[in-house]
Amino acid sequence: MERVPILKIGDILLVSIQVDMSDQTAVALQEDLAERIVATGCHGVIIDITALDIVDSFVGRMLSTIASISRVLDAETVVVGMRPAVAITLVELGLSLNGIRTALNVERGMELIAAERADQGDDEFDYGPDTELTASP
Amino acid sequence: MTSGVDLGRPQTQAVGSDEDVVRVRQLVRTVAVAAKLSLVDQTKVVTAASELARNTLVYGGGGSVEVSTVDNGRKQGIKILFADSGPGIADLNLALTDGYTTGGGLGLGLSGARRLVDEFDIQTAPGQGTRITITKWSR
Repeated sequence: MERVPILKIGDILLVSIQVDMSDQTAVALQEDLAERIVATGCHGVIIDITALDIVDSFVGRMLSTIASISRVLDAETVVVGMRPAVAITLVELGLSLNGIRTALNVERGMELIAAERADQGDDEFDYGPDTELTASP
Repeated sequence: MTSGVDLGRPQTQAVGSDEDVVRVRQLVRTVAVAAKLSLVDQTKVVTAASELARNTLVYGGGGSVEVSTVDNGRKQGIKILFADSGPGIADLNLALTDGYTTGGGLGLGLSGARRLVDEFDIQTAPGQGTRITITKWSR
């Protein structure tokens, strides 16, 4: 069985699917990614499907599952590079890709994840006006 | 013929493993290109074939897929037969409902595949196996 390589770039794991995946390969990728997220502490996962000429219900479900697993492990998933014909087919097939964020390419995917983390960072340190008042002399 | 596929006769692919489903996709793609389907229609028919070949494997316990080109005088197309000798489908209307599954999937395989093709014919009965024929025409 082929395995899909997972690359670490800074705080992001990048998966570029270059093979016509069997269902087993897809399931293995799901498990490998979960392990790598925990091992590296990465906060972002980008899955590049530029090379995929179809996404059927099995692969679609795998993408949704990866997004859910990542979220539980404190990482954002963005799927990038979907071909127009694949998008048209997915919609007609009836797949909604629940919970999946998408971007046109890897670069935009990285920007999306960075923006997402920045927003979360702001929230964490925003103690509101009350805190500021009590902190002043 | 540059595709390496002799289009004069149907191409058969046995379906007994995950990898065979991948081979079905590749075979269907090759024949769909030769039948001059548009890129979107190629994608639709390959996706439908992937769903149905997986059903042949998972629910039918394996079987075979036969891919051929068809010509109705006005346009070309691709015709694919999925055959298994599995348990068959007892309630076809239910099986063709979006979201219905007995296998833990999304329940979109059969219903979704039907939406992606021009013609969809299914012959099945409990204990009689399942034969599904789909056709997609060039526009």
